[in-house]
Amino acid sequence: MKRQIPLIITFLIGTILIFSFFIPPMEKLEQTSTLFFDVIAVFAFFLGGGNLLRVHFNKLRRRKRDWGFSTVTLIGFFVTLAAGLFKIANPGGIAASPTTEGALLQEIFTYVLIPLQSTMYALLAFFVASASYRAFRAKNREATILLVAAFVILLGRTPFGMMLTGWMPDSLSVLQVPNLAIWVMNSPNLAGQRAIMIGIGLGVISMSLRLILGIERTYLGEEGA
Amino acid sequence: MLDVTFGIPLVVLSDVGQAISLLLIGGGLLWIFIRSLKAKEVDRRVVFLFIFFAVAAPILFPITFQEKATPIVKKLFDKVESLPAGSKVLIAFDFDPAMAPEVQPMANAFTRHCLVKGYKVIFMSLWATGQALLTQTLERVVKGEFPEKQEGVDYINLGYKAGNEGVLNVIVTNFRMMFPTDVNGVPLDSTAVFDGIKSCGDLDLIISVGGGKPGIKEWVLFVGDRVNVPMGAGVAAVVAPQLYPYYPKQLLGLLGGVKGAAEYESELVKHYSRFEHTDTPGLRMMGPQTLAHVVIMAFIVIGNISYFIGRRRERRR
Repeated sequence: MKRQIPLIITFLIGTILIFSFFIPPMEKLEQTSTLFFDVIAVFAFFLGGGNLLRVHFNKLRRRKRDWGFSTVTLIGFFVTLAAGLFKIANPGGIAASPTTEGALLQEIFTYVLIPLQSTMYALLAFFVASASYRAFRAKNREATILLVAAFVILLGRTPFGMMLTGWMPDSLSVLQVPNLAIWVMNSPNLAGQRAIMIGIGLGVISMSLRLILGIERTYLGEEGA
Repeated sequence: MLDVTFGIPLVVLSDVGQAISLLLIGGGLLWIFIRSLKAKEVDRRVVFLFIFFAVAAPILFPITFQEKATPIVKKLFDKVESLPAGSKVLIAFDFDPAMAPEVQPMANAFTRHCLVKGYKVIFMSLWATGQALLTQTLERVVKGEFPEKQEGVDYINLGYKAGNEGVLNVIVTNFRMMFPTDVNGVPLDSTAVFDGIKSCGDLDLIISVGGGKPGIKEWVLFVGDRVNVPMGAGVAAVVAPQLYPYYPKQLLGLLGGVKGAAEYESELVKHYSRFEHTDTPGLRMMGPQTLAHVVIMAFIVIGNISYFIGRRRERRR
């Protein structure tokens, strides 16, 4: 029974949603099901928060390695939660949006989260540069093609591309670096991306059918049939 | 604004700074190039140092370039430009602070363009972190540059709603079922913006700005394709190649990374003189991006030279 009930729910919801997509009178049913999904998604927030607290409180209590970071995480969690929940320093009061300008939650976001996340993302520039230096070597034919494509895109995404090749006559404009970059994106890249997308699409359909028909049961903690 | 520092005009200081920075970077690259002729590898810390200078120098001493919109950007600009006054445009802020430096300039440019054309703009976000970034745009761009525009009449902020594709799946047929009120608790029925709007099908244009999931792809699959609403998008550079298959049918145009933002901003400045003195972060960021690209290309060339020389030496042995 423990196994059958989730399988029946999956089968019924999956079938209803497929049919409701194609049968207009069943549209309302689809919307209601989606709202159910939203309710479940909200509970996932509680679950995620609860799990975060459990993991870090355990680490703190047992003085595990790097427990100091857990303290920072917990303080950050509670301060941000309180700022949003009680709308601390919110100029619009308790009824206003928690992200109103001037509210503590918005200030934490602007002056803590934005600089931190932007910094982490910006570090990519250093690693991309180092990786490009090491990886883009013309060791064989495939690597050379990759190298040339990367070079064209890098140059084509800067004004230097036009400065270097802008002198070419209109009849040869296709050879201007920015136009070559567009060609790389519009032809070889497009073909590859489409192939990947079609492959993923077929994979999603087959996996969905396996789930609906109860063949795929790994989500229940079982081995797939 | 100060235009003099220690008695030296800023323009001169900037030019001197640019020249010194370019000399430093160019000289350093030349030195590494000479080393590469001896088949010597470059330590990655040296690469990091060069990238640091290449990015920092144009920030400290701004270098700007003229941008010309490529067709993929121009088409979207022209679409926004050609809508009739009073058209209803939805702008989705589906990004987080990590992506914001790259894509928020696009969102701000779209917002400026729509408001200057007199369209009714609906703002929303599928990302929890997007709502706070949307607030920044509302404060700085909408309220700061268009004080005459009224919330609820000229624009509306629906805020963030959890549920990813689920949210789209509902608003594609019924907005009010997912958003009975705006972010401030004002019922949608009492706002002028939502007059005549039941679902996404009643919109004239949807612009999604982002680079992750849920994002542009989900907007195309769950909304654009289903109700046949014109769509445009602005994305982080790393994601742009994945969205090319949707252009030009499902996406009218696509802004990819800082370059896309800079091209759109340059079009906006070209068409509307009121934006001549408006901050254009996309155009500003093209300086650091260009120099960083040049440095990366130089290192690729240097790496290959030292690789081939080293290989030739090994063969001789």
